[in-house]
Amino acid sequence: MWRDDLRGIFYIALKDMRAYYLKPPNISWGIFFPGALILAFAIRTPGDLQALAPGLVAMTALFSATSMEAIVITFERRTGALERLLLAPVTLPAMLAGKVLGGVLFGLTIGIMVLVGVTIGFGLAAWRLVPAFVVLIMATAAFSALGAFVSVAVREVFEAQTLANLVRFPMIFLCGVFIPLSRLSATLRMLARGLPLTYAVEGLEAALLGTPGWPMGLDLAALAGFTALLFALATVILRRRLD
Amino acid sequence: MTLVVEVEGLTKTYGPLTAVDHISFKVQTGEVFALLGPNGAGKTTTIRMLTGLTRPTSGRARVLGLDLARELPRIKKQIGVVPEQSNLYDELTARDNLLFVASLYGVPRRERGLRADELLRRFRLEEKRGAFFARLSRGMKRALTVAAALIHHPRLLFLDEPTVGLDVVSAHGLRALVGRLREEGVTVFLTTHYLEEAERLADRVALLVRGRIVALDTVEGLKAHVKQRAAVEMYLTSAMGQERLRFHGESVEAALHAAMTHAEAEGKRVMTVNTLQPTLEDAFIQLTGLSAEMMQVEKEGR
Repeated sequence: MWRDDLRGIFYIALKDMRAYYLKPPNISWGIFFPGALILAFAIRTPGDLQALAPGLVAMTALFSATSMEAIVITFERRTGALERLLLAPVTLPAMLAGKVLGGVLFGLTIGIMVLVGVTIGFGLAAWRLVPAFVVLIMATAAFSALGAFVSVAVREVFEAQTLANLVRFPMIFLCGVFIPLSRLSATLRMLARGLPLTYAVEGLEAALLGTPGWPMGLDLAALAGFTALLFALATVILRRRLD
Repeated sequence: MTLVVEVEGLTKTYGPLTAVDHISFKVQTGEVFALLGPNGAGKTTTIRMLTGLTRPTSGRARVLGLDLARELPRIKKQIGVVPEQSNLYDELTARDNLLFVASLYGVPRRERGLRADELLRRFRLEEKRGAFFARLSRGMKRALTVAAALIHHPRLLFLDEPTVGLDVVSAHGLRALVGRLREEGVTVFLTTHYLEEAERLADRVALLVRGRIVALDTVEGLKAHVKQRAAVEMYLTSAMGQERLRFHGESVEAALHAAMTHAEAEGKRVMTVNTLQPTLEDAFIQLTGLSAEMMQVEKEGR
């Protein structure tokens, strides 16, 4: 059975990449989005480009991993194509894992492009790519699981977009990129600690800039915890909806 | 003859609503078994339970000798399912859709292309192999959905309302396919609200009304329920024009006598007289208390 599930995860992710993610508009959006962010940051804080790198990579990964996935799952639920996957010898968690893997692969594709770009463009040490890549993998997994959770929690495609934005934008303002965590009130800091983007930014700051903070291992553990929790919630909700 | 599906007391409730209410039946190897009933009778819910998409509230089912609750992955490998909605992937071509489904079922890589091409040929879709699913006609989409359900050579094929929304030619082709599959030894479990479809295709028919099976028999067996009363149909002509009348009686002679008496009394000329054999529609109306038109209207109004 586990072989069927592994095969299902692989082919579902592959199919989603071909059918949805690797379409020219998505790739061009993936390049345009971080470009616009760099410009906005550079205008705001000219001269301190290296400090932009962690937030830029984390936010690109967040939007890449969640945007299409939330649409894909909701759309396939509407057309009945999602149920088709469950007619095959694939369990529901494996089917959802295939969907999440698709989001991870797309988030990683765009995230790596930006990560390599800022490392070269902002003059960061090349060896820092290695720990940053590890954080990026864990972050895209958490973000993709978030996309899956959002998509099963709603019924319509436009609802998925609205809910995704409702979750993403507060995360952006509380993750420490715009306002350092140390300057947030205790309540907001606690709220920030409940958001996966905070750990992604913190982990990337440690990896790319060597910024002292939480040990990177704790950030990775927190991201793994978010992935497991959001994936489990998405599985339970989807099972209830299909029943 | 071995059993392919054994269902005992299968029930599905959604809150206060009972969609399927303690149904029990058996399907034998190689037969075409039809669940016939109006919209909302529980046909699709039954198929969803038997294919693992929905968990039964209570009851037991064995499919291909395997317990549905405990051995679903093994069951899924040996069944093909054609849902009511043709739900392949718009963004993939006809051939790529088949290859994707084949890969999910674990068809060896070297065989996937061969099987996909064979099915495209069989369903006369070779010229559309590179066309995106979204661009195919409704009939072609249906044919490709059936092809996808056959790519792993299933022993049992579930067809949920296979000809709904199809034009006459496509529907005829699909019905012919069911006949060929039976000849090849594939057991077919279909749901339909078309009486003539069940009558033409099925070896045995279960009439499902409000979640319950009200009758289960061969088509001839179901018709036998209404054979007690004979009927004749007579075409009459007069100065007022032509008319068609039906007369019923305890025997053909009695019905014919009533018809001729009427013609003489009215001074009309008899053009033709036919004795009527009961149809599945007659049996359905008598056994369910529903009208055949109601099934049609309900389905079209969805």
